[in-house]
Amino acid sequence: MHAHQPPSAPESYAAHTTDLTKVYGTGDTRVVALDAVTVGFGKGRFTAIMGPSGSGKSTLMHCMAGLDSPSFGSVRLGDTEIASLNDRQLTRLRRDRVGFVFQAFNLLPTLSALENITLPMDIAGRKPERAWLESIIRTVGLADRLGHRPAQLSGGQQQRVAVARALAGRPDIVFADEPTGNLDSRSGAEILEFLRGSASSLGQTVVMVTHDPVAASYADRVVFLADGRIVDELHAPTAEAVLERMGRLTPAHA
Amino acid sequence: MFRTAVRNLLAHKARLLMTMLAVLLGVAFVAGTLVFTDTVGNAYKQQSLTSLNHVSVQAEPPFDQKIGEPGTVGKDTLRSLRRLPGVASVTGIIEGFTAVAGKDGDPIGVKHSTMGGNYFPQDDGKDNRHPLTAGRAPSGPDEVLMDTSTADQGGYRLGDTVRLAVDGPVLHKKLVGLVRTDDTAASGATLVLFDDATAQKLFLDPGQYGGVTLEADRGTSEERLAAETRDLLPKDFDVSTGTQLREQERSDAADSATGLSQVLTVFAAIALFVGIFVIGNTFTMLVTQRSREMALMRAVGADRRQVTRSVLIEAALLGLCAGAAGFVLGIGVAVGIRQLFGATGSGFPDGPLIVSPRTVLVSFLVGVVVTMLAAYVPARRAAAVPPVAAMSAIHTPPPVRSLRRRNAIGVALLAIGVLGVLYTVSRGEEGRTTVFYPAALLLIGIIVMTPMLSGPAISLAGPLLRRFGVPGTLAPRNARRNPRRTASTASALMIGLSLVTGLTVVAVSTTASLHRGAENSVRADFEISAKNFDHLPASAHASLEKSAAVTSSSPQRETTVRTGDTEVDLTGVDPRTIGGLLDPSFVSGSLADLSAGGGKNLLIDTRTADLEGWSAGQRIPVVYENGDRDTLRIGGIYHDDEFLPSTMMPVATLQPHLKEIKDTSVLVRTKAGDGDDVRRSLERTLDRNPLVQVRNVDDLAEAAGGEAVTLLLNVLYALLAMAVVIAVLGVVNTLAMSVHERTREIGMLRAVGLQPEQAKLMIRLESLLISLFGAVLGIGAGVFLGWAAGRFVTDSIRDYEMVIPWGRIAVALVGAALVGVLAGLWPARRAARLNVLTALKAD
Repeated sequence: MHAHQPPSAPESYAAHTTDLTKVYGTGDTRVVALDAVTVGFGKGRFTAIMGPSGSGKSTLMHCMAGLDSPSFGSVRLGDTEIASLNDRQLTRLRRDRVGFVFQAFNLLPTLSALENITLPMDIAGRKPERAWLESIIRTVGLADRLGHRPAQLSGGQQQRVAVARALAGRPDIVFADEPTGNLDSRSGAEILEFLRGSASSLGQTVVMVTHDPVAASYADRVVFLADGRIVDELHAPTAEAVLERMGRLTPAHA
Repeated sequence: MFRTAVRNLLAHKARLLMTMLAVLLGVAFVAGTLVFTDTVGNAYKQQSLTSLNHVSVQAEPPFDQKIGEPGTVGKDTLRSLRRLPGVASVTGIIEGFTAVAGKDGDPIGVKHSTMGGNYFPQDDGKDNRHPLTAGRAPSGPDEVLMDTSTADQGGYRLGDTVRLAVDGPVLHKKLVGLVRTDDTAASGATLVLFDDATAQKLFLDPGQYGGVTLEADRGTSEERLAAETRDLLPKDFDVSTGTQLREQERSDAADSATGLSQVLTVFAAIALFVGIFVIGNTFTMLVTQRSREMALMRAVGADRRQVTRSVLIEAALLGLCAGAAGFVLGIGVAVGIRQLFGATGSGFPDGPLIVSPRTVLVSFLVGVVVTMLAAYVPARRAAAVPPVAAMSAIHTPPPVRSLRRRNAIGVALLAIGVLGVLYTVSRGEEGRTTVFYPAALLLIGIIVMTPMLSGPAISLAGPLLRRFGVPGTLAPRNARRNPRRTASTASALMIGLSLVTGLTVVAVSTTASLHRGAENSVRADFEISAKNFDHLPASAHASLEKSAAVTSSSPQRETTVRTGDTEVDLTGVDPRTIGGLLDPSFVSGSLADLSAGGGKNLLIDTRTADLEGWSAGQRIPVVYENGDRDTLRIGGIYHDDEFLPSTMMPVATLQPHLKEIKDTSVLVRTKAGDGDDVRRSLERTLDRNPLVQVRNVDDLAEAAGGEAVTLLLNVLYALLAMAVVIAVLGVVNTLAMSVHERTREIGMLRAVGLQPEQAKLMIRLESLLISLFGAVLGIGAGVFLGWAAGRFVTDSIRDYEMVIPWGRIAVALVGAALVGVLAGLWPARRAARLNVLTALKAD
């Protein structure tokens, strides 16, 4: 398996962890969520992280996105070691270099679609690049919905706004946490197409956490987690192959 | 249901604490009012009873119409009364105004309550009204007693020489003893006692008393003694028994306490009214947050009534706790109120705090009823949640109801209110008593309309906030998100501020008008007069005229003349100087007319002209106080004004006909203006007589009402502060709830890069917006109501013009902004400290 090999060319990774360990609680309540995880996510690649509930997949993403701090080990975003950053620096890092897509859309109801898309740049006080912004908006097909409030949009449209928000600032990496969890299959497929397209045609690095084999099959590569460890990996996956690998994992941990 | 209610209460402790505070403060105000009323009422009773201890019967002579002064009782009458069967003792009473200076020379004691009297020794040489605590009884014209509190105020000890004045020059007397009295201590009054003969000479005539009290023997009833007294004395004497007097005192005390407690109750009601907004808001939010929980209860079989009841039980429990805590705090409030009024000089007698069972009962009742009332609508809404809401994956708040009907009602109420106020104002004097109703309607109209107003009003602030970046964009939008909630939060603040502003407008306008009036009418630097509004010492004018500091002066010398069937007070002034001292506005004639017409020209004010039916040029036959006859001519008529005498004529014309010199005041112009140095030098010219007051134009305006208005205003501010405090709690509460509701949003904002202090700024700006919105509404309404109320003041104060107190309005706005920032502190910190991951998972 490739997952346990040391990364051969670190500069080609957008994000990379070495011996990343996350422990919650102490004594009896001690839980090891991540156990010395070493993994890299290639630039311009769309990677899915899969695993059963409690496998540590969300924790891995949170640590890499600067939302949670590792107990031990290193997390590098590009050439920045983020394990040693303080809250203020992490916040700035998330603002300028990371994009997020959440399961529950998490748009601000008081902002219009366009305002939601430019929110991270507005927070940073940066002007969005017009041409880039327009192409993103065209890609996700929201040009005629920009003035609408989230409450006036369907779930699929809301998530498209969220994807546009994540991409608009040209972040180093986009993290998507179960982005299709609240969507019907057609809207879900659209979102996954956008994510795949942003990697393949725009060169955007995307890391997606999901438990849905169909969603994972859109990725270039799938990393499997169980009990806080990387246990498997699959390149150019199909839904069937993912399902089969998951099946292999699940009985052992049922 | 009961158990669920208790569990819910405990589950939301922190949030409910804020709600409870709102109820609690209202209840504390009510309880404080009740305790205060009972305490003061009781203290009055106790006090009255002590001073009437030795009185079985009291007899007072009738008012002497001939000399226009109270009648007197002679020494012989006292002797005959003493011989009545069943009399243990007889006391002759002499009382009168006596000004006292402290050891440092400055007058002591509150104006009007500086009293003097006689020490009336009984057979044992003691006066049972005034028990001696040190020294001995006065004997001879050069000795006095003081009560202990007067001696303390003045810094006097036994053996010191006391400077005082009754109605003439300064007297120097030796302090030979101290007495105990209950009356003076609390109110800052002073009491000086002379020996009997001296008191008679100073206040009445030798051998005369102002009244008499009798103490009955054991075995003689008050009624029998009163009957005997009545038989002995002339019929027109007013004879009452000690019991009657005590009862009279008691009911007077009760009246004064009742009046005050009514005022306090109004303010307590305002505080509770404001509280209802805060409580209602909190319950709405709690219920919204728990709509899934409520839906679950409905899904597992609770019917609507049960859900409503569960919320109401929660409210009742909360009200009960708040009632208990409010009751305890109320005792503290009562002490505070007593101090507040004590500080204004209207001192209350000391006495134990009285906490009656009624107070306890009312506290709990108010707490429970108010809370349940406020929670009723939210409780009904809670029950309306469909059971299926329990099943939905994403938390969806209940749909926002349309505001259209509410807006229509609000506009209607406001319109009726404004028209009503305008109508009552147009009716003048008659409208005074009814203006309260449309004013209340107006305020309620604004409250109902506030949700509609909140949108545009807050949007106006948008451009200003843009420079704060994303927090500045989000704050006004968040504030507009729930118009009802923003509105009731702002309304709570609005009510207090509209009252504060309204009162301030009236008070400031009144004071300004008085000052303007005084400046227009009085050109003198100082007016020197007697503190008891009687006459200056006869030598005062002469001394002032001679003073090097004075450039010109005129007395206002008073005498009463008869003309036909009526009596008129004439004021003699110096025609040569008066033009530089007073400046009346004339309807006809001028001050120059005083020097014309051979000194027989009389100037009168419009009021006198109306009253007597005199017109300019008319000739008036008069009889002077010494019986001389004369004919005066109305030389001019000027507008009446409280700073001017009602008539003016040359003092030289009056002088030959006067029995004695009675100057109500002397007006002076000085070399060096109307500063404090000049004032002190004038006081020295008059021997620092404690009876004399030297006042400049500002002092005159203050005395004419400005001072009282300012004092009243400060008391009202203190009382309304309670309503404002409750409103602030409401702002804190609303923001805490908003932060809680928007936890996930804030988590997302933090995730995509909002720094903690930006999150803080966002909440603080929202708090600021809500507070300022409430303040602007309140100030606007207050100015209108102040204008309306001012229309009614016009009748009593000439030249009343509304002054908008921009300075104080600015202070109120800054205060509201400060309130906003303060109220936002805690919720903002919570928002900033939210853990991003936990917040993202919140629902």
